[in-house]
Amino acid sequence: MLRQATGEKAVEATDLVKDFGETRAVDGVSLAVPTASIYGLLGPNGAGKTTTLRILLGIIDPSSGSRRVLGRDRPIDAAPEIGYLPEERGLYPAMHCRDAIAFMGALRGLALAEGRRRADALLAAHGLGDWARKPIRTLSKGMAQTVQLLGTIIHRPRLLVLDEPFAGLDAINQARLEEMIRTEARNGVTVIFSTHVIAHAERLCERIAIIAKGRVAFEGAVDEARATLRPIVRLRTRNADGPWRSAIPADCRREGADWVFELPESGPEPLLRALIDGGAGIETLAIERPGLHDAFVAIAGPRAAAAMVQERTSR
Amino acid sequence: MTHLLRSAWVIGRRDFTATVFSKAFIFFLIGPLFPVLLGALFGGIGARVASQTEQPKIAVIASAEDYSKLAAAREQLEAAIAGRPVVELVRVAPGGDVALQQRDLLQSKDHPVVGVLTGGLDRPRLTGAVDSRDSTAGQVALLLRAARAPGGAALAVTHTDRSTGSATRSRAITAQSGQMLLFFLTIILAGMTLSQLIEEKSNKVIEVLAAAVPIESIFIGKLFAMLATSLVGIIVWASAAAGAVSLLSGGGTAALPLPAVGALPFLLLTIVYFAMNYLLLGSVFLSIGAQASTVREVQTLSMPVTVAQVLIFGFAALAVGSVDSPLAIGGAVFPLSSPLVMVARAAERPELWPHFIAILWQALWVALIVVVSARLFRRTVLKSGPVRRRWWRRASA
Repeated sequence: MLRQATGEKAVEATDLVKDFGETRAVDGVSLAVPTASIYGLLGPNGAGKTTTLRILLGIIDPSSGSRRVLGRDRPIDAAPEIGYLPEERGLYPAMHCRDAIAFMGALRGLALAEGRRRADALLAAHGLGDWARKPIRTLSKGMAQTVQLLGTIIHRPRLLVLDEPFAGLDAINQARLEEMIRTEARNGVTVIFSTHVIAHAERLCERIAIIAKGRVAFEGAVDEARATLRPIVRLRTRNADGPWRSAIPADCRREGADWVFELPESGPEPLLRALIDGGAGIETLAIERPGLHDAFVAIAGPRAAAAMVQERTSR
Repeated sequence: MTHLLRSAWVIGRRDFTATVFSKAFIFFLIGPLFPVLLGALFGGIGARVASQTEQPKIAVIASAEDYSKLAAAREQLEAAIAGRPVVELVRVAPGGDVALQQRDLLQSKDHPVVGVLTGGLDRPRLTGAVDSRDSTAGQVALLLRAARAPGGAALAVTHTDRSTGSATRSRAITAQSGQMLLFFLTIILAGMTLSQLIEEKSNKVIEVLAAAVPIESIFIGKLFAMLATSLVGIIVWASAAAGAVSLLSGGGTAALPLPAVGALPFLLLTIVYFAMNYLLLGSVFLSIGAQASTVREVQTLSMPVTVAQVLIFGFAALAVGSVDSPLAIGGAVFPLSSPLVMVARAAERPELWPHFIAILWQALWVALIVVVSARLFRRTVLKSGPVRRRWWRRASA
């Protein structure tokens, strides 16, 4: 049965602070994740994403602040309804694949026999049916990651928390995972995932939080993030100069034959009128919405954006 | 509570099956049997050698009548000091030249003897590689004395089931045996809990577990899984030991002194106190081991842990023979020595009620140690909770 977002919050966090000795890893993070939505935590390594997720799951307690997960103040009480894929994947190497998946389900309250039955079905559906009775240590890294992911959803959780789920996956498996996340969300599951790859967040997320240096630099819908920047106008004219030049901002830049500038706050119509009346001779004119990457750079700063790009290329 | 116990069951079941159904577990089972087998083997060889070397043979040149009296006396002596070697006697009929006979016997390589007894019962003389102060000469003197006066009133013996002196002594032996058994089993088995969390830490499973179940469940599950694994081993070893005892000893286990609470209650209490001793020490070791992040650290920790166990055993051993003394009561109250002291008490005192109190007390401490260990683990390993700044830093802030 499909469940729709109801406006209820699956996860709420208020002013979370986490200190490790003298280092403040999380500094006043507040989040509100709507039920049945896909929510992304964006930020470079060391920004505090994993620590935030661990606090939300109750693995660690915050130094101060509060969190509420699936209506419970103690996240561990909601554990049977949560699925968690940690950044550092961990499975018992000697366990058979189906047993590993069933064990992860059993940890969340699913009967072992039922877990094994579901594990067989899931493994077969993901092309790993022949590996069901083989030990984890014989799998490739990608296969083991798939097994762990299946173990994360085996008990049909209401909340999925995935820490860097795309890391280590090839393009085909990344696409599969994206589709799986969308399917889970369509079924009413709330999905929170952290990533440093903006493209995944842009394609999947309804809401995001951009975290930098332990703080939430932005929290809201992806469109809202993009709306923090003005649309970009890319203009090419037949006439190099004329009265129309007063219609475009003084700080516009040239990219080849194009003029590139932010769309004025008055909007496209006055601009168009001024260009036509000023005799610009419009050859091409494009108004581009800024991408999430541009928004991220503007919000988190160029240094954080550069760090994200570097992490992506180094993995 | 249901979540806690159900989660502990899931963790414990995984650990138990992963251990018991591994190839390494076969070595775990047969490992302790090797010393027993080797002990029996070398013990048998030693006994055979001893039987050949420790029973000096004396040739007796005497009449049949005198020899039969000596032989009867020897049988009496052998029965009185059961289990210890008594000189062997071989009769040689007197010939014409006793001196020549004596020399031939002492030089004989076919039937070597350490000495030759001549002169009958009236004028006995022992000649050979013996000294008047050694055991062989002493035994021969005793035999001669008994052989010369076979008459006289025989000692009348009336058997009673028990005397205070014998019961106290036998129960003290039982108490010591019970303590030793618990100590050795625990020292062999509880140390394994030190490394129980290394696997989860090294293969990163700990985060999966910590997100899904309370840390207390992980500790309880691992502790009871190791206890169950140990009990499997103990059942195997006990079966082998019982078989060996019944084979090697005519009396079997029935020959052991009867404890004060009775044989069956003592057996049950020994099992319970082993479990409590294991859980108490195991929970402490698990807690200590949980702080270690590498196998090397665990190995380094194992020596002080073993020394601590020996100290606790030494403290508990002082209670044997005086279970109502302040020291023994202190040992029963101190949680880590309590099971050892109480198993000694079960051997020496018949009351059962102190055991119920002791078992509850010990269980309470197991729960307390697990809760504290789990909190310590969350705080120090997972870095959970508020950071406590050092007072001097607070002051300078």
